[in-house]
Order: sequence, then C-alpha cells, then structure tokens
Amino acid sequence: MDEPVPIQADTGDVVVLAGTSKGLFALAAGPDRSTWELAGPWFPGEEIYAATLDCRGGRRRLLVGATSSHWGPSVYRSDDLGASWVEPEPDTLSFPEDTGAAVAHVWQLQPAGDAQPDVVYAGVEPAALFRSEDGGQSFRLDEPLWNHDHRPQWQPGGGGLCLHTIVPDPAGGARLGIAISAAGFYRTMDGTTWEAANKGIRPPFLPEPEPEFGQCVHKVDRHPTEPDTLFLQHHWGVYRSDDFGGRWTEIGADALPSTFGFPVVADPNHPGTAYVLPLESDMFRCTPEGRMRVYRTTDGGATWTGLGNGLPQENAYLTVLRDGFTADALDPAGLYVGTRTGDLFGSADAGESWQELARHLPPVLCVKTAVLR
Amino acid sequence: MPVRLAAALRQHAGGAACVEVEVTAPPTIGAVLEAVAAAHPAVGRRVRDEAGALRRHVNVFVGPDNARDLDGVDTVVPEGAEVSVLPAVSGG
Repeated sequence: MDEPVPIQADTGDVVVLAGTSKGLFALAAGPDRSTWELAGPWFPGEEIYAATLDCRGGRRRLLVGATSSHWGPSVYRSDDLGASWVEPEPDTLSFPEDTGAAVAHVWQLQPAGDAQPDVVYAGVEPAALFRSEDGGQSFRLDEPLWNHDHRPQWQPGGGGLCLHTIVPDPAGGARLGIAISAAGFYRTMDGTTWEAANKGIRPPFLPEPEPEFGQCVHKVDRHPTEPDTLFLQHHWGVYRSDDFGGRWTEIGADALPSTFGFPVVADPNHPGTAYVLPLESDMFRCTPEGRMRVYRTTDGGATWTGLGNGLPQENAYLTVLRDGFTADALDPAGLYVGTRTGDLFGSADAGESWQELARHLPPVLCVKTAVLR
Repeated sequence: MPVRLAAALRQHAGGAACVEVEVTAPPTIGAVLEAVAAAHPAVGRRVRDEAGALRRHVNVFVGPDNARDLDGVDTVVPEGAEVSVLPAVSGG
C-alpha cells in the first residue's frame, strides 16, 4: 500500500479528520475554507470511531481510537500531523484487572477545555469513561461511574453498550456530563458522584413515560460560553436543557421533518444556535424525502431552518452517524458532515451553502476538526 | 520454544518472523502467549485483550491444529511442535 499523503497545514489552517471504517483520512484548508487537500489514509483497514486534533498547551497532537478487527483497539498519537505515530503501551487504555472487562471499541476522545490542557477523556465500549492527565498517553478508568448502581441494567443500543459522548466543563471545573446508549445522560457535579439526568426525555421504546434512565441519547453538545445549556438528539426527539441536564424540554417536534437523527452540533460562537441532521424514522434512518438537509436553530430550538444549498437534493438517501457532524471554531462556523456512503460535505458559512469536500471514502464513522494554533 | 508470527505482527517484534520464548513445563498455549507478551508487549496486546482472552479473530495453532479445537489456552504444546499465531480469515 502507498505511503499516506501527509497533512499540509500551518497555523490558522483548518484540519478536518474523517474517521472511517477503513482508516483515518484528513482534509486541510486555509482559513477561507475554500480549497481542501485530502491526506491519509492512516491505519488502513481499521475502524476509526474516535479522533481528535488537540491544539491545547502548545501541542498539535492527533489522537486516534483505532480498532483492528483482528488485533483489537488502542489509542495512537502523533505530534507531527501524522508523519509518525507512537506505538502505545499495552495499558494505555485498558480496564483494571479486577474488573474482568476489556475495551472493545474507543468511541470518543474528548479533550477538556483550555483550562485543563493535559486532560483528555475517552469513552469506550463496554460503557465506561477514562481520563488522561498527560495529553492522552495514558488513561485511568473512572471507577465511580463504572461502579454505578444502574450499570447492570444498562442496555446496549444498535452500536453496542457504548459511552459515546463526553461534555467537559469548559472552565475546568469538576462538572462533567456523559451519554451512553442506551442508558441516557449522566452527570457529575463534584467529579465523583454520578446521577442519571434524563428528566423530560420521553423514550417511546420503554413502558414508563419518564424513567430515570434507559433513554437512547444519541449525542449531546453545548456552547463553550453557556455550559449550562445543552442540546440533545435522542432516538426520538431533540431536546434542550438550561441547567446542565437537570430538566430537558423537547424542541423542534413541529418544525423538523423528523425528530429522529444521530448528531447535534452547537455553534461554538453563537449561543442559541445549533444544528441537527434529521433522518427518516428509526427503521429507515436515511435523509427524508431523498434530500439531505441540515436544520439550524438560532433561537434555542423555537424555530428551525432547513439548509440544503449544495447538498444532494434528489434521490439522496444518506445516513450520518452520531459523530459524523462537527463544527470548527471560526465565525461563521465551518460545518462538516460525513456520510455512511463515504461523502464528506463542508460549509464555510454556518450551513448557508455547502460543497463536496471528498467522495468515495469508506463509510464515515466520525468527523472532527480543529483550527491549527 | 519457537513461535511463528503472522506477517502483520512482525513489525512489533523487531521484524522477526519467529520469536523464541522460555516456558516452564507444562508448556500451555496460555503460558506461551504470556511469554510472548512479556518479551514483545506490542504483539501481546494485539493477540489477547487486557482480560487475557484471545482476540476473536486471532488463531493460535499447535502444529496444524487450532488451539480453539483443542483445550484453548490450556492446550499443552507437545515437544517439538510448532506454535503459530495467525489472523483468522474472518474479520476485516
């Protein structure tokens, strides 16, 4: 196989990572985000559910959760934009021996805020949270969550029993939220005590109207300047919380073509602005009416606008997974969407117009981005 | 005891196609894999998970026989038999 094409980027450039079922790809562009160059692939044949480009603390570190169907999962890192990779220690991300558990997939690699430049969280299957305090070189299991009373009753979603979403406190406080399919949203306010925080989320697949846990939360995101405000895409229903999950209110039920979907993205610059990508029903799971549209709210979910200029609008039956949609930190935000059919679309104007950045990639599992510092 | 490695594992064992390990009697497959992991940790983690289980799409052969069809990790390696660690045809 040919050597991977290196990432050509410098300070201020935007890098988009596309984790696929057959390896990691990347695209890079200048701040205008008009011309993109494809790089990679790295880890050919391995599933990349999690990736991040961590530019905190003076580093430019790629962290990748790769799973080989033969040789298992691990977290790899590169400090030179993929020119070389460090072979991780066997215990870089592993369960303690007394748990008897083993990591099946790394679902999420989430750097904490700038206030904690060395802290990185990892979410894995089976559902567990790990924390690194050395920039992702080694991780330690969050024992209080692993030992939570609810854990024996958590049920796996379609992707397995995975912890796929981590919401750190941007100011570096102890407050932390996570989401598990299908256990729901959990939060800790002190860093050690975890509670289910799903009040208001209706799970039509469970007999009780409002159980304490068991919801199939697909994704949660928040604004860095308003960390109390969370947007949540549930198996059915889009929700907002203004008290970090203390109570959830459904938004968009009458405005979106479907309230089923996987990703939700909060605009990093404009509180109240968020994006979803509705899919038709949980049986079909494709873009409604054969049209791919991102829906944007600028008023916290009261109203939604469909955005499809430049996206396929005819015979387009596409699926976007929970981590297949992300936003960069520029203003207006750059939006990036990867599909299970290997398309990657980007917008440099908060969704007003889109262009195809890549096609014919393997199925896209995750899309992440960073502006190089 | 010689242990033959799949091509994809050799880069994690200094390029060796076959590694030599010392195992006390009786030489079980579990003990052989433990010794391989101690000498070559990057090979070890690819063959077994952190709970010690052989990965689902990795096979260990004793001569021509798959250890899964014998006694698994408790299979005793007969003197002179060759141990091979190979990826299963499944996966990918």
